[in-house]
Amino acid sequence: MNRLDKLFAAKQRDILNIYFTAGYPNLDDTGKIIRALDRSGADLIELGMPYSDPLADGPTIQQSGQVALKNGMTLPLLFEQVRAVRKDTDIPLILMGYFNQVMQYGEQRFIDKCVEVGIDGLILPDLPLYEYEQFFKTMVEQAGLGISFLITPQTSEERIKKVDELSRGFIYMVANSSITGAKGDITEKQLGYFERVNRLQLKKPRLIGFGISSHETFTTACRYANGAIIGSAFIRALANTEEVERATSEFVRSIRGVEVSA
Amino acid sequence: MIAINDKGYYGEFGGAYIPEMLHPNIEELRRQYVQVMEEPEFQREFRMLLKDYVGRPSPLYLAERLSEHYKVTIYLKREDLNHTGAHKINNTVGQILMAKRLGKTRIIAETGAGQHGVATATVCALMGIQCIVYMGAVDIKRQAPNVSRMRMLGAEVRPATSGSQTLKDATNEAIRDWINNPEDTHYIIGSVVGPHPYPDMVARFQSVISEEMKLQLEQHTGRENPNAIIACVGGGSNAAGAYYHYLNETDVRLIAVEAAGHGIHSGESAATSVLGTKGIIHGSRTLLMQTPDGQIIEPYSLSAGLDYPGIGPLHAHLIASGRAEAISITDEEALASAYFLSRREGIIPALETAHAFAALDKMQYQPEDVIVVCLSGRGDKDLDTYIHHFDRFQKQTS
Repeated sequence: MNRLDKLFAAKQRDILNIYFTAGYPNLDDTGKIIRALDRSGADLIELGMPYSDPLADGPTIQQSGQVALKNGMTLPLLFEQVRAVRKDTDIPLILMGYFNQVMQYGEQRFIDKCVEVGIDGLILPDLPLYEYEQFFKTMVEQAGLGISFLITPQTSEERIKKVDELSRGFIYMVANSSITGAKGDITEKQLGYFERVNRLQLKKPRLIGFGISSHETFTTACRYANGAIIGSAFIRALANTEEVERATSEFVRSIRGVEVSA
Repeated sequence: MIAINDKGYYGEFGGAYIPEMLHPNIEELRRQYVQVMEEPEFQREFRMLLKDYVGRPSPLYLAERLSEHYKVTIYLKREDLNHTGAHKINNTVGQILMAKRLGKTRIIAETGAGQHGVATATVCALMGIQCIVYMGAVDIKRQAPNVSRMRMLGAEVRPATSGSQTLKDATNEAIRDWINNPEDTHYIIGSVVGPHPYPDMVARFQSVISEEMKLQLEQHTGRENPNAIIACVGGGSNAAGAYYHYLNETDVRLIAVEAAGHGIHSGESAATSVLGTKGIIHGSRTLLMQTPDGQIIEPYSLSAGLDYPGIGPLHAHLIASGRAEAISITDEEALASAYFLSRREGIIPALETAHAFAALDKMQYQPEDVIVVCLSGRGDKDLDTYIHHFDRFQKQTS
């Protein structure tokens, strides 16, 4: 059983998945932040592969990717950083990026490398279901890797069921129709969508992401799914600090609703 | 047989690599575009606007003095005489009618040099629909007159400040806008790029170019097929239109002219067929300029319309399969060609189009051949550039 399946077997509620961009704010922060997230009580980490043209991402994540690329981040280096940190942590690690990066590395070589260094799953938002089934599914399944597909408020019931079939690990439930980095409260309309998906009684666990940025939005999301994903808000917390480890643990505590000592 | 399959692939190129958030819009378009375009009422309205508003058919002109120089028969397909000065309007007229059929009330577009932005702003004004054009912040500075034209036509021009702040980033921003506005908005893409069905839909709207060419050539020469068709290719919409009805007529050579910028191997080029590798850009599996790590490279060409790191999937397929021949033309060669055409035929071409004419110096042909050059746009927008380089070239052309 891989680390992702173990997590969902052991825990069904309040799962906190934190996204950050590898190589941000500094090239060698990747390992430090992973360890700090693990220590502070994150359940799952989504590691962004910085990309020149991240279509689904808002300004915060775009900018973190540009900084990481400028810092010299590459996929080979990212894999080495993951290999190194795997000696110290068993937290499930997921890579998030765009399919072109996988293509250029070589699809099978990419999968093999993920398994070798200890990556547990993938999120490739610009790889739709049809293209996945044509070009990638067999490789992912043979390697035993997880892969999460997205559903949105506009996704039809039929397609949600297909996503439930094909996703391995969990389903990524996009909270509203937007790019990443939205702020503010969860609306009535969104709650209606969450409830509608709940009623479908899907087989796979669901994590809600996009626009989850605070203890309040995290708690609300957790009432309707197995947990939630936070990205841009964490990147913003990392942007304004000299001490990434301390900023990380303070951020996780603030999301969990643990009082942060002044 | 060159054709697109129902999933949007030309051979191995194409498809729709889009985030799930765009799926409903793209799927709606995919299911409906062919059916809508084939409706008699749609065709009637489209044809009427092309005739009365755009000014079609555009002439097919026998360029006698150019023919004399090259010792071959050369016809020019005069897309430069269209309303707004280029072929771009053929597509925006079609897509605005499509948007209305789909019940959309808000239009977004990307633009590089501003030609597609102007063509989109124009049809939005014509229909009274809100129009937002994304344009790289760098391009906004370089192409001030077109920015003013769009604003005068009632469009809002939004600067793309991400990445390199040019066409590729303007396209990214337009796609992000569409993700954020999934219900009321239609995205009018300006070239045969992007996720399926855009490459095919835009090619179909532009195919009026080769549809007319067939009739006009028949009238001029007694046969529908020329020996070669030359067109410049950035994303490739004028080329797609000029090739469309000849794709499966293998006696017609298709010449795709790319921008080599300062030279193919200078590090400042946009010659995608030579420098590009297979990958994904703006939702399409095609050839693009990228690093070994898959980061998209910012291209270079003096011509903003050819300054794009990818190429439409149709063209990737035509070039990879050998159906089309690619020729690369540098900034200098294109400029020389623009000055030459101006004096030889009294036609100042767009800088993009000047690349197509420069290919006449590089290709092989027989004296009895008939060649059609797609004169995709006029040079008014490039006057500043032409004035800037004029003295340097004056000796060569006089």
